[in-house]
Amino acid sequence: MRLQRWYTPYLLVLPGVIWMVVFALWPFLNTIALAFTDARPLRPAEFVGFANFDKMLEDDRFGYALTTSLIYVVVCVPLLTFLPLLLALLVHNKVPAIGFFRTTFYFPVIASAVVVAIVWEFLFSGSGTINSALNFFGLIDRPVEFLSDRWLLIGCAIGLTVWKGLGYYMVVYLAALGNVGRELHEAAAMDGADRWRRFWSVTVPGVRGPMMLVSVLVCVGASRVFTELYVLSNGSGGPGGRAMSMVMLIQSMGKGLNGQVGYASAISLVLFLLTLVPLLIVGIANNGDTIREALASRRAVKAAKIKREATVQEVQR
Amino acid sequence: MTATQTSGTVKPPRENPYRTRGSADIMKPSLGGLIGKYAMLLGVLALMVFPFLWQMSTSLKGAPENIYDFPPSLIPAAPTLDNYAEVFRTIPVVDYAWHSLLVGVGTVITTVVFATLGGYALGTMKFRFKWVVLAIFFSTLLIPAEVTLTSQYLTVKSLGLANTLWGVFLPGAIGAINVLLMTAACRMIPADTLDAATIDGANTMQRLRHIVWPNVRGMVSVVALFAFIGAWDDFLWPLVVLSDPANYTLTVGMQYLSSNFAANPRVIAAGTMIALVPIILLFALLQKWFFKGVEEGSVKG
Repeated sequence: MRLQRWYTPYLLVLPGVIWMVVFALWPFLNTIALAFTDARPLRPAEFVGFANFDKMLEDDRFGYALTTSLIYVVVCVPLLTFLPLLLALLVHNKVPAIGFFRTTFYFPVIASAVVVAIVWEFLFSGSGTINSALNFFGLIDRPVEFLSDRWLLIGCAIGLTVWKGLGYYMVVYLAALGNVGRELHEAAAMDGADRWRRFWSVTVPGVRGPMMLVSVLVCVGASRVFTELYVLSNGSGGPGGRAMSMVMLIQSMGKGLNGQVGYASAISLVLFLLTLVPLLIVGIANNGDTIREALASRRAVKAAKIKREATVQEVQR
Repeated sequence: MTATQTSGTVKPPRENPYRTRGSADIMKPSLGGLIGKYAMLLGVLALMVFPFLWQMSTSLKGAPENIYDFPPSLIPAAPTLDNYAEVFRTIPVVDYAWHSLLVGVGTVITTVVFATLGGYALGTMKFRFKWVVLAIFFSTLLIPAEVTLTSQYLTVKSLGLANTLWGVFLPGAIGAINVLLMTAACRMIPADTLDAATIDGANTMQRLRHIVWPNVRGMVSVVALFAFIGAWDDFLWPLVVLSDPANYTLTVGMQYLSSNFAANPRVIAAGTMIALVPIILLFALLQKWFFKGVEEGSVKG
């Protein structure tokens, strides 16, 4: 039942494959190669072995960037795993005007990160609305400089990321909540489980898969943070560049005629390995049973072998 | 008696959104619970839209008005469009919007066309080395664009496209995730339908046009919407590629405006509204299809 020529499928996937190779795989291989050179623009690159990675260990800026990115991940993951689930539960049931709420909760997601970061810059600036509010309630005497302190700046950026991400992960959970059967909820309620208990014993186990997915997405996304910190610090990376993220460091290292392309590539490689860690953890967690079974069967084989040897020895004796 | 009248009389009573006395539907909130729910919804709503409303009101306020007072006054006392005029005088914002639109529309077209073609082949056809092709797409998913930033720039530069809109557009023209999404959508098409079309003498293009396209339109609209939003909102890549302010897209232009002309927040607010309003309107228009697509996705798993 094939009235197509043999090359039709190849022709159909060809553009996509070319794109992936030219704009993803080739640059990636190139990054790996460049990471071991001292490449700079307008100069032939030379192989330097692990010099770039040695340099990283001594580079304060790399230490700051790694710290910032790791803190970003550690704070964002729990917040963006649970808050969107609560939000999804809030908009899950069909009540009048729920479409309106769902749509508006999604607005921060579709707005450009630059635009919302500029809004936050105004709200959190020394004379901004947040300071006016704190002053209004008599909590502070002097304005708090949110954007020129390393930790406060990172905190603001995390707040921005969480606020912007809520709607996105809410929709992921919304799709999943449809699959949690209401029978389970009803049965649990019959047995006298209150709302809180039902949340932990029915809803959370019901969306465990999507929850895993969300936490991985958040993890990878948070380690790639750039725009929020860049705009809030006006491109400087905070006081002394200490609130820079990994991507900001890569961008500032690699740019311009004097860019240290080799060093930037080495940092990129470290970033790539960082984004792989959560994927590996989930891979192991999801296939935990398979791995455990494999180990168990190996142990069983070994035990059987020992037993057999023992019997053989006994027989020989 | 006409049919319409009969159907009118047997119409079930309108369902209450809350649980009434004697109802056994425990999934429905009680009346008090429903009121609490709306209170929470309104609270979250305030949190989600306040920054946007505040920005809009700031952009409409004149110089004598204080924009940072608390409680914030969201309705300007003397609304003015001067700030918008000032944006147009300060930066070529129309050019920037045009550049963003070009990149966005270009991305949508290439994504829809090539992701559908590739998804059709991967989802419905059998061919040798299919697993290699799938492996290429899946492995690409693992590589974040930020990791290849530096080398990507070198690639684009060697193609002679640095500081051009082509350089901004090309790397994102086909996304691996979109091809895979279309593959999943095409797999849902019953093979019998395609075979029947083949027996009737339809060639590949006719099958695509008359069988595949109507079946995957829902997924196409979601993919297209996200391709456009992604291209319109992207910041890091245009920032790296574009060096001449004359070529900027809106996002880079906004950052340029905000960091170089920071004296007047009202003008910057007006600029951000110009970048924000089109995309919000687009989403508000298409949101019905979007949420429908999400729910359908959940049913199909």
